[in-house]
Amino acid sequence: MSQTAEDVKPRTADEVGVPDPFQYMHPTLKENYGAWDYHDRPRAGVLRHVAKSGDVIYTVRAGTQRQMDVFTIRKLADIADNFAEGFVRFTTRSNIEYMVTKEEMVEPLIDALNDAGFPIGGTGASVSMISHTQGWLHCDIPGTDASGVVKGMMDMLHNEFIQEKMPNRLKITTSCCQINCGGQGDIAINVQYTKPPKINHDLVANVCERPSVVARCPVAAIRPAMVNGKPSLEIDEKKCVCCGACYPPCPPMQINSVESTKIAIWVGGKHSNARTKPTFHKLAVANLPNNAPHWPEVKEVVGRIVAAYKSDAKHWERMGEWIDRIGWPRFFEMTELAFTKHHLDIWTGARHTMNHSAHIHF
Amino acid sequence: MKDGDHAGDKPETGKPAIHPTPHLDQLEDGPWPSFVTGIKKLRDEGSQNNQLVMNDLLGQLDMSYENRMGYWKGGAVSVFGYGGGVIPRFSEVADKFPESKEFHTLRVMPPPGFHYTTDLLRNMADIWEEHGSGLIAFHGQSGDIMFQGCTTENTQKAFDALNKIGFDLGGAGPALRTSMSCVGAARCEQSCFDEQRALRGVINNLLDEMHRPALPYKFKFKFSGCANDCVNAIHRSDMAVIGTWRDDIKINQEKVKEHVAEKGRKYTIDTVVSMCPTRAISLNDDDTIEIDNKSCVRCMHCINVMTKALSPGDDKGVSILVGGKRSLKVGDLMGIMVIPFMKLETDEDFETLETLAEDMVEFFADNALEHERIGETIDRIGLPAFLEAMEIDVDPNMVAHPTTSSYVRTDDFDEEAAKWFERKAQEAGLQISAE
Repeated sequence: MSQTAEDVKPRTADEVGVPDPFQYMHPTLKENYGAWDYHDRPRAGVLRHVAKSGDVIYTVRAGTQRQMDVFTIRKLADIADNFAEGFVRFTTRSNIEYMVTKEEMVEPLIDALNDAGFPIGGTGASVSMISHTQGWLHCDIPGTDASGVVKGMMDMLHNEFIQEKMPNRLKITTSCCQINCGGQGDIAINVQYTKPPKINHDLVANVCERPSVVARCPVAAIRPAMVNGKPSLEIDEKKCVCCGACYPPCPPMQINSVESTKIAIWVGGKHSNARTKPTFHKLAVANLPNNAPHWPEVKEVVGRIVAAYKSDAKHWERMGEWIDRIGWPRFFEMTELAFTKHHLDIWTGARHTMNHSAHIHF
Repeated sequence: MKDGDHAGDKPETGKPAIHPTPHLDQLEDGPWPSFVTGIKKLRDEGSQNNQLVMNDLLGQLDMSYENRMGYWKGGAVSVFGYGGGVIPRFSEVADKFPESKEFHTLRVMPPPGFHYTTDLLRNMADIWEEHGSGLIAFHGQSGDIMFQGCTTENTQKAFDALNKIGFDLGGAGPALRTSMSCVGAARCEQSCFDEQRALRGVINNLLDEMHRPALPYKFKFKFSGCANDCVNAIHRSDMAVIGTWRDDIKINQEKVKEHVAEKGRKYTIDTVVSMCPTRAISLNDDDTIEIDNKSCVRCMHCINVMTKALSPGDDKGVSILVGGKRSLKVGDLMGIMVIPFMKLETDEDFETLETLAEDMVEFFADNALEHERIGETIDRIGLPAFLEAMEIDVDPNMVAHPTTSSYVRTDDFDEEAAKWFERKAQEAGLQISAE
């Protein structure tokens, strides 16, 4: 059968852009848009918002695995149809939220979610879902697997997700390379490379646009070179900071290896402007093994940091604010972590991170 | 299991052999929902196509766990008329796992605030079951719905199906990226502007920059309804729009008294009064509170603690910060406050914001070096040059403190000071005429 030109011509996209959210929004949210009065939390995992009109909406928040198969998506949709008026939304950290207008609908909804294996929590002073990246499942440059680290960590912190017993909210992030796509967190669990890339000189000329690789290096450690008669690149290994920035534009500069890809843990990052200004996380410990599928060494350190924060921080203090109060000496003492020369910043602006005062903690 | 021995058991029916997954199997126990269990269900019970793809995907992923290496490489895949929005992934171990040799992601822009009906979720699941792998992530770190696992051939079909139900691809590569807003006005009393309208207005006005990548590097907008910044806009976006207000915090003193009665006076002092970053709050002897609004920096803390007693004022608007980004390549940067306050209520206000966003992207396109983010451009040329190009007046709210360096040429200081006084006089005049 012969095809006409019309049959083979690809469809032209309808450039609709960002869709209108009102068509998918719970009617009570739509009716009270911009006219809410206050909220409280009857229990962990449940929010109650009261509108100026007097309307009330209960939100039940549940944890998900983020990477969801169609069966899980349909199961979540069934629960919404049976118990929650057919509407859901997701939070920034991939929790799913169900909204119901009547208080008596809250408990059956919670039971249905729990029965289906979705933990209820992530509100207020809890450990919410870990914001994370792709890892081995989909990324082209990962040092580890994000979903696996997250699964292990959330299993360990499950009790802190389903209750609100932390001093304040505790946000954890993971990143599978030093680009830090997972973002800033109270605790960040990030890949930290420890050796310069190993270059496959046979491939560089064909695969990499050499000037842009040279330009990508933050410390100007890469320069063009002829190796074995072929145009390639070479690295000044004394200058190299092992950041991996050259690897995405030039995959023959392999930064990952079983021996040298490690995990570092950072603390005290904060997005919110509440009380203190937003902050970046700071190095707590480096060189932990990338020990899939359970990452026991990473879990152990995270567990210790969470426990120290939980036992010692005051209500409403975030991780970084707690450390500001007790001081870094006490932080390293309480978490039994080493303070090393690698904790001293040597990057641009490093001087501003030093203590220029007589203020010391004993 | 030995390397290369990924064939597994012989099939009983017409199905291919199941790859053993000894490492991934260990991620199925425990109370948190398991992505491995989900992928296995697609392998065992999914559509015929999903079963084949996911079996090989699990094989490759388990090999990653065993060897602690990733096996995907990029490439170039898009849909007709667009240059971005698809993250191409080709397997480097396709000889062992041929069915998942192409495993591209379609980045799709979500409704602002991430609202979904069950019909919409089911539609998306059906489309992805037919054309993709059956695995969808809600959502990526830039807010995309990530439809993960598509062949090159099916990418157009999947996009057509999603596009027909009203959804469009987001950004990838050197382009405008997908945007995010908090739940905002839809369900939060702390919201200070119409986040979804601002997001749709700004992004839909610049779609060409998203669909046909031609910028020096990525550009992200994020919209948070207040300074709690629930979508991490200051850290994670080139232009952050954050809700705020100019008049006084609203106080319901009866509710304050109830709060103190319930929580205790010491607890209220410790958690509200003492934690105010500018020492702007005091608790009166009768358990009401007093706020020095001229000193208040709109940080949201006291409002977060006393949700019933305190709320943002009525004269709301937004602050704009520019230059946030992640590590590549100079290290993480936060946004810099460049517009402390603008109103965002009338059609004209929203047009002003859209024009500002357009100008910002145009400045970026014209001035950034290749692979430079706008924050790095500002660092390179200095904030004064950026402000001059954008025709934004300087404001002390832009700095933590004035410069401490005397190495600055100040021979036109008087002219600059005159501009400041002229602007102040004008503002005062406008205020008088408004009254």
